[in-house]
Amino acid sequence: MFGYYLDMALHSLRRNRMLTALMVLAIALGIGASMTTLTVLHVLSGDPLPGTSQTLFYPQLEPRDMDGYQPTDEPPDQLTWIDGMNLLHARRADRQALMTGGTVPVQPVQSSVDPFYSDARYTTADFFPMFKAPMLYGRAWSASDDDSKARVAVISSKLNDKLFSGKDSTGQMLQLGDDAVRIVGVLDRWRPNPHFYDINISGSYGPTEDVFLPLSTARDLKLTNNGMMNCWGGHNDHLEIAPCTWLQFWVQLDSPAKVAAYREYLTHYSQEQKALGRFQRPVNIRLLDLMGWLDYQKVVPSDVRLQTWLAFGFLLVCLVNTVGLMLAKFMRRAGELGVRRALGASKRALFAQLLVESGVIGLSGGICGLLLAFVGLWLVRQRPSSYAGLAQLDMSMLLTTFLLAIGASLIAGLLPAWRACQITPALQLKSN
Amino acid sequence: MEIRPILSSLSRHKITAWLVIIEIALTCAIVCNAVFLISQRVDRMNMVSGIAEHELVEIQLANLGVRPDAKARTQEDLAALRKIPGVTQVSLANQMPFSDSETNNSIKLDPTQKLPSLSAALYWGENLAQTFGTQLVVGRNLREDDYRDLDAVNKAAAGGDPNDKALPRVLVITQAVADKLWPGKNPLGRFIYFGKTPETVVGVVAHLVRPASFSQGAEFSLLVPIRPVVGDGSSYLIRTAPQERQRVLKAALAALKALDPRRVVIEKRTWDDVRSEFFQNDRAMTGLLVGVCVALLVVTALGIVGLGSFWVAQRRRTIGVRRALGATRGNILHYFQTENFLLATIGIVIGMVLAYAINLFLMLHYELPRLPVIYFPVGAVLLWSIGQLAVLGPALRAAAVPPVVATRSV
Repeated sequence: MFGYYLDMALHSLRRNRMLTALMVLAIALGIGASMTTLTVLHVLSGDPLPGTSQTLFYPQLEPRDMDGYQPTDEPPDQLTWIDGMNLLHARRADRQALMTGGTVPVQPVQSSVDPFYSDARYTTADFFPMFKAPMLYGRAWSASDDDSKARVAVISSKLNDKLFSGKDSTGQMLQLGDDAVRIVGVLDRWRPNPHFYDINISGSYGPTEDVFLPLSTARDLKLTNNGMMNCWGGHNDHLEIAPCTWLQFWVQLDSPAKVAAYREYLTHYSQEQKALGRFQRPVNIRLLDLMGWLDYQKVVPSDVRLQTWLAFGFLLVCLVNTVGLMLAKFMRRAGELGVRRALGASKRALFAQLLVESGVIGLSGGICGLLLAFVGLWLVRQRPSSYAGLAQLDMSMLLTTFLLAIGASLIAGLLPAWRACQITPALQLKSN
Repeated sequence: MEIRPILSSLSRHKITAWLVIIEIALTCAIVCNAVFLISQRVDRMNMVSGIAEHELVEIQLANLGVRPDAKARTQEDLAALRKIPGVTQVSLANQMPFSDSETNNSIKLDPTQKLPSLSAALYWGENLAQTFGTQLVVGRNLREDDYRDLDAVNKAAAGGDPNDKALPRVLVITQAVADKLWPGKNPLGRFIYFGKTPETVVGVVAHLVRPASFSQGAEFSLLVPIRPVVGDGSSYLIRTAPQERQRVLKAALAALKALDPRRVVIEKRTWDDVRSEFFQNDRAMTGLLVGVCVALLVVTALGIVGLGSFWVAQRRRTIGVRRALGATRGNILHYFQTENFLLATIGIVIGMVLAYAINLFLMLHYELPRLPVIYFPVGAVLLWSIGQLAVLGPALRAAAVPPVVATRSV
């Protein structure tokens, strides 16, 4: 029976080729646009470290003076050197890492390659195990390397390819300007999205740094810092004692009890600092988990959300348009349907037949929409934004597209088919 | 034209009629807001910078390692750049308009003030105003004897003595800062406090936009007399005639390379590139919005054409009867035009309410201003015209139905 309905549907669709094309195109455009924007939104609001993110937390303290104080102020987004070092050395969490961004001058050994600048991350030993950064060669540095300001580095596989043609470079020296550091490890491909551990770097979706150095070593070598810095009170050139926040601090807390204990510790620490006169404002701490932190920082660009709203508005218009056209088309065939009813076709049979017809439209629209989504995502990837390269359709989004297409075609088909089935056969026969 | 027959005929196609109305309403609401968003983006992309954009080139260098002789190196670089034929002004700037990194300072009019008066971007660099080409409104530009070296300023600031001679004592502000701090008064000779250090206003420039954080006051910028050194994110700015820019850029790079080959060039570009790179996301978003508007209007128009064609085909007999009873072609044409006008009008009214609601939502989430009233009549006229254009084809076909159709059956 289905084969027969399909035949009928195709026959009917062929009768108004222009109209059929218009309906398919409208659904395709709507689905293509929605899927493109939804995929971008999905990629950008994803979890950078699935499975690990719920145990990672970002502590915030309020170290500022009373100048410009307002009771509604949120604590600063970053820590001062003194607080960062205190929290780091207290070791109250399962793991903890203090860090900031920077750029380093890399001088290749080969004279054929010009010196260049690479993005760098100055951090502490726990960074790699805490964020599950995979190692291709060698290992991360240890906490004792941090303490001794060891001249060691971990580099990305990209830099390893560029400087050492992808060979195991551990033990080799990396020349940074006038100083040299020993490579102890090479990272495997690793690009958490967003660049969650420091969202001030290149629009929150930048690539992973190429050079990782112990924070103490980077300070010792006077390497350039990058990123946000907020200062208050008196000016000071020595960042180690300056009243400036410029460091990111992450902790790993494996159980809710530990989270509660750490929160208490932060409060206690703040009270202690206040008693010492270092902190002046009322105690104000935060301990957001990774996804909570990204949400609080509004990492997903507002343009992307806006585009998604816009695309779904567009899809809605396209659907309304198709429903209207399909309804008009079915109603026009009221006479034919009346004859079929009079000849004994049940309402159900008519409904099924019309639904097949609208289903064909919806499905073709969905398939074309999927193709358009691929084109749309390709267009997004050509754009200059830092997240452009991430716009890929994954399995879950492919499934969503499929469901959206089916859903859209059902919505577009059900109402017209149902409405057309309500025809009284006698009336239609009489009017002709 | 009699409206009642149209209404009674529409009432027999209630669902279809409502679908057209909904489509027009949605299109109207979305297009109004999208066009408004486009206009906001265009305003942003056309933001006045206050500098001679078509005459500037930028070169940013970074040192390999720490340079103890950076100060002398900077002076040599500047002298070499000045010697290049065609170069009119040269400066080393700590930051520039339309770049993502920004140095700001909160300022007060009284050191005991609890909350800062505003947060302004700080521009420094010898000869910077002349190189930028900012337009002086009143007072004077910064002079050579006003300038202090950056390292000395940092040391003095760390020392904590607000009257240290190494700290800069004067500054130039923009008209926007003057209007905000002392509306309607003469700003010359007044004091602005950086922490506890007073700075005297000696000049006001017409426009100078800040690097990026426009929401905090797009033109809240200050020019302070500090000499930076090469490296640390500072850029050489070179002013020359527009047609000389490429040649001067090449010559400047060669001159800088000759002075010290151990440096990495981070940026080398004309100012037109600076602006176009900075606003590339806005441009992409504008393109997208325009595309969606056009697509929406086309889909809606085609929908009206399709539906109109159906109705005409369905009513062929009725039209024939009307024609046989004496209705002119004009009558038939007007019938369909009026029908479309009615549907469009209801759609537009609902669409305007919806547009306003969407605008309220956007104002809440995207820091957008209120939709200007002018959008409503313009949007209405636009949709009416599109509706009339779209229905014209089917209506003409209806008018062409000969009266003889009335006498045929099926």
